[in-house]
Amino acid sequence: MKRFIGFIKKEFYHIFRDKRSLFILFGMPIVQVMLFGFAITNEINNVDIAILDHSKDANTKQIIDKISASKYFSIKDFLDNERDIETAFKKGEIKAVLNFEKDFSKKLMTENQATVQILTDATDPNTANTISNYTSSILSSYQELLNKDISIPYQIGVQTRMFYNPELKSVFMFVPGVMTIILMLVSAMMTSISITREKELGTMEILLVSPLKPFQVIVGKVVPYILLSVINAIVIILLSIFVFSMPVEGNLFLLGAETILFIMNALSLGILISTVSASQQTAMMVSLMGLMLPVILLSGFIFPISSMPFPLQVISNIIPARWFIIILKGIMLKGVGLVYLWKETLILVGMTLFFIALSVKKYKIRLE
Amino acid sequence: MKNGNIIHVKNLTKTFGDFTAVDNISFQVGKGEVFGFLGANGAGKTTAMKMLIGISKPSSGEAQVAGFDVKSQAEKVKRSIGYMSQRFSLYNDLTIRENITFFGGIYGLKKSDIKTKSQNLIDELDLHDEADKLVGSLPLGWKQKVAFSVSLLHDPQIIFLDEPTGGVDPITRRKFWEMIYREAHKGKTIFVTTHYMDEAEYCDRVSIMVAGKIEALDTPKNLKEKYKVESMNQVFLKLARNIE
Repeated sequence: MKRFIGFIKKEFYHIFRDKRSLFILFGMPIVQVMLFGFAITNEINNVDIAILDHSKDANTKQIIDKISASKYFSIKDFLDNERDIETAFKKGEIKAVLNFEKDFSKKLMTENQATVQILTDATDPNTANTISNYTSSILSSYQELLNKDISIPYQIGVQTRMFYNPELKSVFMFVPGVMTIILMLVSAMMTSISITREKELGTMEILLVSPLKPFQVIVGKVVPYILLSVINAIVIILLSIFVFSMPVEGNLFLLGAETILFIMNALSLGILISTVSASQQTAMMVSLMGLMLPVILLSGFIFPISSMPFPLQVISNIIPARWFIIILKGIMLKGVGLVYLWKETLILVGMTLFFIALSVKKYKIRLE
Repeated sequence: MKNGNIIHVKNLTKTFGDFTAVDNISFQVGKGEVFGFLGANGAGKTTAMKMLIGISKPSSGEAQVAGFDVKSQAEKVKRSIGYMSQRFSLYNDLTIRENITFFGGIYGLKKSDIKTKSQNLIDELDLHDEADKLVGSLPLGWKQKVAFSVSLLHDPQIIFLDEPTGGVDPITRRKFWEMIYREAHKGKTIFVTTHYMDEAEYCDRVSIMVAGKIEALDTPKNLKEKYKVESMNQVFLKLARNIE
């Protein structure tokens, strides 16, 4: 036990004396959560738009007021004719133009129909889409207002309710993903690098010649990263609760236990990577390409798995992060317990055991 | 030296797939002997040594080190030997004192022992000013001295040195051999691989490995007489050419 403490102490010296690992361990999580939380968002806020109003009557004025009152848009400019539209887009100052046709009110009253054109700058398709949805919904709510007194014989009333994230905050979607990425990064990449560093420096040989057993060496290298990963997980959860007011509906202990399970999973992957790579550089490349990219692209963190092509959907099954994100969202947003998450938990346990078994086998082959 | 043999090797072989790295070698090393294990790069020296220090399993044959079998009693072998690799492997981001404490710790030395031993070591090597500096900032020659002393911390009977003088200048090499001799006088057995043939002259006995086999094993003096040459270098060249 005493030998073990000495070993862990030495590992912490390595970590705390290397500015790069310190940054990856403690700077990254905070920077990433902040970035994903604040900067990367699907919501729109105060988007600059312009108005081209050919009729300038009571109805168009009411619509314009309604739009400018919403927090989503701010009216930057009033255009005079169609030619100005493209110029305005090219300048890049506005993202959308609302074009009211001539005699808007009159047509609305006499023909019961008037047209407003929504023109968006689709160089950024997501934003363009969101803008056009938001504007349409403002227009349709105005229309309802006008139709208040009239009853239409057949009508389908659509009522939408968004469960678990009623305000559709995108940070709720990012926090579980970012937490997954960071735990993967810290646990898998940092351990695989730190183990291969010993190989590169030749100190691994010295450790193996010492009376320490190989598994003691590995456990000694891994334990500090378990501690650091747990600290990171706590920091991320605290940040998401207090900075982004993300709820944790479910059991905190279950959340903790599942997080530790995922950390173990990532660590076993890290060990596996270190057994197959001879240098720190390789370990880093394998971790980045083999772990980080799939976590970001295929875990369902950013791109929904159900809309992926079938082969990618199949591949996404073998990515531990996919299951962990489901677990995190389940516990944090839906507040469900193990009853609903046992399948995902079991998959993670199975994967972890598989990775550990595989690295033990690889390790033995190396010794022989 | 028949009774005082501390390393017994009999028909030791190591194969990697079709390739035989160590081919049926047998030899003994006496207690307190400085035993040179020579060979060109790739002759199988390091592989053979790795089997003796218990980190590589022999494909066939047997070896006993300090009275323990390397196959079945590797843990006991490891406790009785010291090892220094050709890279003077210490942790660059730890100070000399921290390195000593760490390596003393993994050999299970008591805290008080580690303290006295590291102080002795620092006194002996005259490293008072450097003891709390990071090892990474030390010149290679000093790293070598520290690495050697660290391999002696747990008072092993045999010290295995894998090309201990690679990359250091002749004066430092000379001084290093003085350290080796001091330990040999204290009764420690030194097993050293090298490809510097001038260093072979410092050994009590040398074995020369060529393509996985031991082609010659005797005192440097006898070898030179046998091959009728002036230096170990010429002995080596003769042997290597014969094989080709």
